Amino acid sequence: MTKAGILRAVIFFGGLALLPLGIEPVWVLNLLIFTLMYAALASSWNYIGGYAGYPSLGHAAFFGIGAYSIAIIFEKSVGRGYAPFFMLPVIGIAVAILSIPIGMIAMRTRADVFAIVTITLLFVAQTLAFNLRTVTGGAQGKGIAVPPFAISHFSWPFYYAMLLLLLLSMGISFYFRRSKIGLSLAAVKADEDKAHGVGVPVTFVKIVAFAASVGIAAMVGGVWAYYGGYIYPQFAVDPLITIGMVLMTFLGGRATLWGPVIGAFILVPAQQTFAYQFGGSQFYLLAYAAIFLVIMLILPRGILPTITDRLRTKAKLREISAALTAQEQEASR
Amino acid sequence: MSALLEVHGLTKRFGGITAVDTCTLEVQQGTITALIGPNGSGKTTAFNIITGYLKADAGTISFDGKRVEKPSPASLYRDGLSRTFQQARIFPDLSVLENLVVASSYSLRGLFQTRVSKQDRDRAGEMLEEFKLSSLSDLRGSELSYGQRKLLEFAAVLMSSPKLVLLDEPTAGVNPVMIETMERHIRSRHKEGVTFLIVEHDMQLVMRLCDPVIVLDRGATIAKGTPAEVQTNPLVLDAYLGD
Repeated sequence: MTKAGILRAVIFFGGLALLPLGIEPVWVLNLLIFTLMYAALASSWNYIGGYAGYPSLGHAAFFGIGAYSIAIIFEKSVGRGYAPFFMLPVIGIAVAILSIPIGMIAMRTRADVFAIVTITLLFVAQTLAFNLRTVTGGAQGKGIAVPPFAISHFSWPFYYAMLLLLLLSMGISFYFRRSKIGLSLAAVKADEDKAHGVGVPVTFVKIVAFAASVGIAAMVGGVWAYYGGYIYPQFAVDPLITIGMVLMTFLGGRATLWGPVIGAFILVPAQQTFAYQFGGSQFYLLAYAAIFLVIMLILPRGILPTITDRLRTKAKLREISAALTAQEQEASR
Repeated sequence: MSALLEVHGLTKRFGGITAVDTCTLEVQQGTITALIGPNGSGKTTAFNIITGYLKADAGTISFDGKRVEKPSPASLYRDGLSRTFQQARIFPDLSVLENLVVASSYSLRGLFQTRVSKQDRDRAGEMLEEFKLSSLSDLRGSELSYGQRKLLEFAAVLMSSPKLVLLDEPTAGVNPVMIETMERHIRSRHKEGVTFLIVEHDMQLVMRLCDPVIVLDRGATIAKGTPAEVQTNPLVLDAYLGD
């Protein structure tokens, strides 16, 4: 890890950890919780959608499974309020393991077919949530016991839970990049058949990326459900959640460490602003799409890759011109 | 002595077309064997079947004395059978160095280790040195010329220390100097004990470099022998020139 990288991470996470101390209005903290939530989701979607190049549209299914797990386990009581948070790792690991056979089947397809297969998964999960009434409460939804947190700091535990999940999500992302898993995933993304032909264990790395990715999504879903206190099938397994993480990753830059986070920190506040401005008219969805279109026209590969590419080109040009001047000086002597 | 690669009765049909028709061939240890034939004679299809990219309809393949029941590109590669593609296939977003490291056939446990370790750097560095690509080490694959890509692909598949390398038109579309470079590298690796099976259309190169030469026509082996024998074989002349 470079010094600059450590510094960036310390400033980012340190700043976010201190932020609630200086923020009074509840709505700001609420907005931040959703920003962190989407940053963690986008960051984990990036393992499979970015690094491996498999555009999953089914992540909301796993988000919903996490949400319902928390709702079902903690319907009656949450004790002193922290038990659901301690349950999250169990849910994350369980969902990751259960996703292995699903991933193995879904990842026999590629690209657009994979996107369609995974979006089907989303609707299967939603239909189940609507119809397994004895477990999920069906369309009437399911409530979670209210935690006995102090009113003045009610959101804090959720804020820090989301922050920790973002740290975990980015930590895994960083680890993938630095290990041969990331190298193998990049090979899979570029040319899976060729990667297979040079001995890369393609199925294994794809499954690792998929399982880690949906495990995080499930944990985030758990915190989301607990924070909201009441969940319904159409919101717990919501295509907009899938679309959100995909858009943010595309916006910030696929297959980068910070891209998905940058995307979330732009799009979530933007979405909230538009939703507030245009009220219940749903026009905010159009505005949401419009920003995305504009940025894709200007920066088609996302914000971060475009910027780093430009810097790289500039540095190279400078190198070349420096070499040329050196040559000229040599010649004039 | 049994051959390093034995293919028997290999058959592959695509709809009504039989691309490979009961093809039988052997590659003896320590040779540079050529596989030639007119366009559409099934050379690349045979390659694809042998390396596990396509499933055969019939026939058997043995590599290194063992029958290959279910050919899989990854496991064959790890067992020492490498190949290159007609159109050079490298990973454009990875650096030249990473292109070599990713092909070094690491174990599952190796996956969880550093992306490019000191050892990887040393091993890949030697290979880059041998192929005179050291100065390009940090460039992305996409920044290389076509000839350089061909060299890189060749260098990469050598990272697993293969016993047998299948080259699919190693000199197609590259300049004459690069053809000589490629030939030199094949010879030097051959000296170190690597066996080659080469599909190639440049007949001068085949005649200089390869022995024996196997000729395929309409998916079947029609001749096999030294370059001189094959050149004068009436069946071969008919396949190339006849109607």
